[in-house]
Amino acid sequence: MIEAKHVSKWFDGQRILYDVTATFETGKTNLIIGQSGSGKTVFMKCLIGLHTPEEGEILYDGRRFRDMDLSQKRKLRNEIGMLFQGSALFDNETVLGNVMFPLKMFSPDTHKQQLERAHFCIERVGLKNADDKFPSEISGGMQKRVAIARAIALNPKYLFCDEPNSGLDPQTSLLIDALLSDITHEYGITTIINTHDMNSVLGIGENIVFINKGHCDWKGNDHTIYASKNEDLNNFVFASPLFKEVKHYMEKRELDQK
Amino acid sequence: MLIGSIKSFGRYCVFMTQVIRIPDKWREFFKSLVFEISKLGVDSIPLVIIISLFIGAVICIQMTLNITSPMIPAYSTGMATREILVLEFSSTMMCLILAGKVGSNIASEIGTMRVTEQIDALEIMGINSANFIVLPKIVGFILFVPVLCILSMFMGLLGGAFIAEFTDMLTLENYVYGIQSFFIPWNVYYSIIKTVVFAYIITSIAAYYGYYVNGGALEVGKASTNAVVSSSIIILLADVILTKLLLQ
Repeated sequence: MIEAKHVSKWFDGQRILYDVTATFETGKTNLIIGQSGSGKTVFMKCLIGLHTPEEGEILYDGRRFRDMDLSQKRKLRNEIGMLFQGSALFDNETVLGNVMFPLKMFSPDTHKQQLERAHFCIERVGLKNADDKFPSEISGGMQKRVAIARAIALNPKYLFCDEPNSGLDPQTSLLIDALLSDITHEYGITTIINTHDMNSVLGIGENIVFINKGHCDWKGNDHTIYASKNEDLNNFVFASPLFKEVKHYMEKRELDQK
Repeated sequence: MLIGSIKSFGRYCVFMTQVIRIPDKWREFFKSLVFEISKLGVDSIPLVIIISLFIGAVICIQMTLNITSPMIPAYSTGMATREILVLEFSSTMMCLILAGKVGSNIASEIGTMRVTEQIDALEIMGINSANFIVLPKIVGFILFVPVLCILSMFMGLLGGAFIAEFTDMLTLENYVYGIQSFFIPWNVYYSIIKTVVFAYIITSIAAYYGYYVNGGALEVGKASTNAVVSSSIIILLADVILTKLLLQ
């Protein structure tokens, strides 16, 4: 479980986050949603430790990040997997090399065991016959899968995903969502996904935090979101005509059930 | 501007304290080191050969045309060509040229890693990204640059020998006698010491500019240009200081 307590962040005198408090539960897909420029990426970077919040604290299963020394932070980072928006695969490494990388750096296993683990992770994300390909030779969807394989190679306790569906077609987006959800439940990972893809929100949002203009404006899940009275949230999530229809349908169904 | 320069220098010093640390995994460091020696050093050999050969030939022609006189011994052309090559061309001029090739390569590579979040990925994994990426480049180039310096001297002298052999401007015997006359071995060491310092300047400054790129592809290009310009200026400044320190 990851807890953010009263987190505030400034950049060059401009306040980006206002007293954000949220809890991200273990074994669930936790979503941070919000419009572009709302501060959700800054919030996620504060959670990971890439930004240091001026106020508030981040706790990893009760361990206060701010109080950790360098070696403790490095140890914690070995428990973190991260899927970046642009995949962030190493250009000069093959698919296998990318997945092997964290294992080579941190795993105490033998080379043979590391190879087995890397192959397992690559197969787990549904990639076949791509071991020797370089990132530039594979599609965006495949790159995301390789990045997921690399992120889970060290059996992380915490998995962070920054807009995992950006730049992907709807079908591949659904596949990536399903993969992230499966991995989260299978290995009991605390997964935090930063997204503004509504299919993800309504499909895998077991715990949703809505960041609006730097404030934590709403918390809930993919069921309670339909009944939300938060105007900004409704304007954001149900902006498209299709999702408006879905909301009306869900509200009607709820009324009928009553 | 002055405050900006001081800030940049301070940030460069902080960056170098991150870079110059004991590597997390020696095995990975040596793998990267071999790769960088190949990429930055061995791949520069053709450029060094071509430039040195032609510049050596041109220096020889210029010396013959300008210092031929009954008062000056015929072997002076070879001696002057050697001195120019050993003292300045194979160290300073060659490093200025390599600053363009190697410096822009390093700055653009690291800059691209920054904008595509590869550096963030390393940091998230708990790896000292500055040390992991930059140290093999600095060490690799420093280790190989004396080879390039010696090769440049040899090819420059060979270029001059071609002029002596295939033109009637001077005889090969006089040229060879000239390059052997009044030879001071310390000048070669001086030249190698300079190239090692310049190699550090080229790699560390280019890495610094690449590492702190903020933005996109345009900024990577700007960082690459700034790296080449800054390292060239600092090489010239260091040349003056080293010449004063080592030859006086």
